[in-house]
Amino acid sequence: MLAGAKSKLPLFIFLTPILLWLFLLIVLPHLDLLRMSFRIENDYGDMIWSVNNYLEFFREPIYWLTFARTALYAIIVTFLTLCISLPVAFYITKVAPPRFKGFLSLLLLMPFWVSELVRVYGWMILLRESGVINHFLLKWGILRQPVEMLYNDVAMTMGLVYTSMLFMVVPLLSVLDNLDDSLIEAAFDLGSTTPTIVWKIIIPHAMPGIASGSIVVFMLTLGNYLTPNLMGGKNSLWFTEQIYNQFIASFNWNQGSAFGFLLLIISSLIIFAGLKLTNQKLSKVVQ
Amino acid sequence: MIRTLPQSRGYSISFKIYIILFFIFLFAPLLITCVLAFNDSIFPALPWKGYTLDWFFSEGPERIGIFHDQINLASIWVSFKTAFFVALLSTVVGTCGAFLFEQETFRFKQLLYFLMLAPLVIPGVILGISILLFSNTLGLFVEGRFGVDISLLRPGFWLVVLGQFSFITTLVTLIVSAQLKKFDYSLEEAAMNLGANRFQVIFHITLRFLKPALLGAMAVAFLMSFENFNTTLFLVGSDATLPINLYLQVRDGSTPVINAISFLLIIGTSSLALLNLVVQRDRSK
Amino acid sequence: MHVDLSVKNVSKHFKSFTAVDDVSFEVEKGKFFSILGPSGCGKTTLLRMIAGFEEPSAGSIYIGAQDMAEIPPNKRPVNLIFQHLALFPMMNVADNIGFGLARRKESKAEIRKKVADILERVNLPGFGPKKIHQLSGGQKQRVAIARSLVLDPTALLLDEPLGALDLKLREQMKIELKKLQVEVGTTFVYITHDQSEALVMSDHVAVMNEGKFEQIDSPQNLYSRPASPFVARFVGNNNCLAGTCVGYGDGLAQLQFSSGEKIGARTDRHFTTGVKAELFIRPESIIIEPEKELPELNRMQVAVSSILFDGANSQLLVTSPALADEMLISLPQNRQYEHIAAGDRIEIGWDVKAGNCFEVQ
Repeated sequence: MLAGAKSKLPLFIFLTPILLWLFLLIVLPHLDLLRMSFRIENDYGDMIWSVNNYLEFFREPIYWLTFARTALYAIIVTFLTLCISLPVAFYITKVAPPRFKGFLSLLLLMPFWVSELVRVYGWMILLRESGVINHFLLKWGILRQPVEMLYNDVAMTMGLVYTSMLFMVVPLLSVLDNLDDSLIEAAFDLGSTTPTIVWKIIIPHAMPGIASGSIVVFMLTLGNYLTPNLMGGKNSLWFTEQIYNQFIASFNWNQGSAFGFLLLIISSLIIFAGLKLTNQKLSKVVQ
Repeated sequence: MIRTLPQSRGYSISFKIYIILFFIFLFAPLLITCVLAFNDSIFPALPWKGYTLDWFFSEGPERIGIFHDQINLASIWVSFKTAFFVALLSTVVGTCGAFLFEQETFRFKQLLYFLMLAPLVIPGVILGISILLFSNTLGLFVEGRFGVDISLLRPGFWLVVLGQFSFITTLVTLIVSAQLKKFDYSLEEAAMNLGANRFQVIFHITLRFLKPALLGAMAVAFLMSFENFNTTLFLVGSDATLPINLYLQVRDGSTPVINAISFLLIIGTSSLALLNLVVQRDRSK
Repeated sequence: MHVDLSVKNVSKHFKSFTAVDDVSFEVEKGKFFSILGPSGCGKTTLLRMIAGFEEPSAGSIYIGAQDMAEIPPNKRPVNLIFQHLALFPMMNVADNIGFGLARRKESKAEIRKKVADILERVNLPGFGPKKIHQLSGGQKQRVAIARSLVLDPTALLLDEPLGALDLKLREQMKIELKKLQVEVGTTFVYITHDQSEALVMSDHVAVMNEGKFEQIDSPQNLYSRPASPFVARFVGNNNCLAGTCVGYGDGLAQLQFSSGEKIGARTDRHFTTGVKAELFIRPESIIIEPEKELPELNRMQVAVSSILFDGANSQLLVTSPALADEMLISLPQNRQYEHIAAGDRIEIGWDVKAGNCFEVQ
């Protein structure tokens, strides 16, 4: 920016901590993860190179089924979150009276400052067999017997949607806020109906926000441990739980590394595909 | 359709109902958690058995309120310490990052920028295990080579701080960069023209301009660290942070003490968030 | 005579504020009609009511012979050109222009043909596949007009579309827009705060102030025969001389300044002795150093305070004890007045018919 002779000193002062951070905490640990995933213990107790950890993943249906299930649910959760958030963001930026705009966005963000654990705990209190919803349904005579609403895939999906909503709403609020009202008016003036305006004007305009929201939500859902663990059923195993089991329960770090690396690859691949499909750049999306 | 266009009654009423339902969905779990913290019952469930503050102040032995619950108090203190160090460290490094990527030019800048963004798209669990693995590898290496056991490299307080720092710094960098983008560089040039050197310019002009963003970033970093679970899970040692501690309790059954803690957390974090917002708004005026 | 647009006693109130106050006018087919007024005078609200984005509080709007009450904007036979054009950045030029046709469910082939035709007519042949951000300001302008014209509206409403352009392009677009309007023959209703835009392009101009129409007239009449002090001040440059009426007869009013000097002014209005009055006189109506024998001339001794050289628009700034404010006088650059310098005392004069005189309310 500033032209002319310039000392290199500031550059080094800024660069050193960044390099230390990125190499010691990001690059090297992930290389180590990759290395560990290709090591196994042979029959004599020595560590040798092998792809066995990865073969194990494909050999054992429980592993790759969990993996596929996790990815599929993450996509469903992302899509649901988008469908729920888009009208809300549109309402706040374009329909609500302007003086409520700030208040509504503030209200929207409030729950997300609270720890995820507290939010999940709230849902557990509401949904479980002795929970608040069951209490009211029994009281009003809608149910005769309490029903366990927690520990199933629906509850888990809802919990995941709830948990990641913020990361969809915020980028949507900001793109829709930038949408010039006169574009919608012009489309209307040229004879559009509401659905056409949504498809032809609002969604194309909101695409950068949709892409960045979806990527973040997808990634957070895929890597979530708490919500599936606490709200999902015994049979709804999440892939992060597999990794946890390998690391902490079975103490098989090599197998765990392989799983971790697979999770990293699938999340990067889907994010990359998402960026390509919507024609976005990562550096733009994160801003 | 929008404010400036005429709209049918049906459309605006159904839209309003949707928004109201959405906000109920958003707040129901938090409200019910708070309400049940004051229920005079040993289960965090309805029916309502009367109002009590036992879950905050009772000294036991049957009911132990949060202010006498040593384990939970200890974990809150651990979380505070962790969040403090993470916020401090990530704000310093993140600010360096913002200056580096906004103001400096160097080879491989684009590559480094992508690397800087990477922690945003790496699942927290993976960050946790990879840092666990690497510190373990490093620890074994140092021990084998020099015969020294570095406790810093084993799961524990400092590893948790480093693990959280590794991705929170990216957020700080982005927040500070966004503010730095709005900076009018002619101010820097004017200061240089008046005889200031680069560091004096940064200290007197740029950092002062960035102060609200830095405070905001620090608050965000503090909250992010305070509530982090995924990365912490793999790096935690004997002194558990609050989310880890709560998780273990929630998994094995629950008492209204958890509601009491949740209530305090909800009040605490939302007031910090509000305060941050008010400060930012005042500054921007 | 066929009337395309007729506005009858339309008002618009926002809570306690009245944006448009009992406005009526008619626009004939194929005419270029402008509404000229300062920002905040209610002209945008008026236009948005015609387009259907706002509902009038009172009065009615007819387009063709049809009453527009209860008809939503997407069903009205008028189209609006927005202030910032509102071209859809997510579509190319052809898709922008074809947007309204597609909404009418016309066939793809039909749309392609009409889009190509209209691009030809606005002198942008082959621009269909271009992206909006690749266009220059003037090209965007023409695409926005094409997008509306292709729907063959009864009238085209334009909301200060030249406002966002830079000065040079604005001058050029003024002429181009007028040519385009004559060519296509569509009725244009144009709102602007720029009097030069209104004067150059329009067949008729309505001057609007605080929600009301002050005058509807041809640009020539607006300039030479303003109906109110507001119009006299707002349209073109004018000097305002304030005094008291000391006599009236035979269409000639006598005004006296506070300094005691008297001047005469021909007027169609009736004045009674003793009322306060304002005389508006244009800089180009004032003669510098008039010949002695010219009849019916108001004469005045003034001091030159500065010379504002601006080529063909050069002016003299003069003061006199008779005047409250400084006065502007056109200074023709024909070398006749080269000897005048700042500080000189000179005589000026103007014909008693040249000014416009109003009673101060």
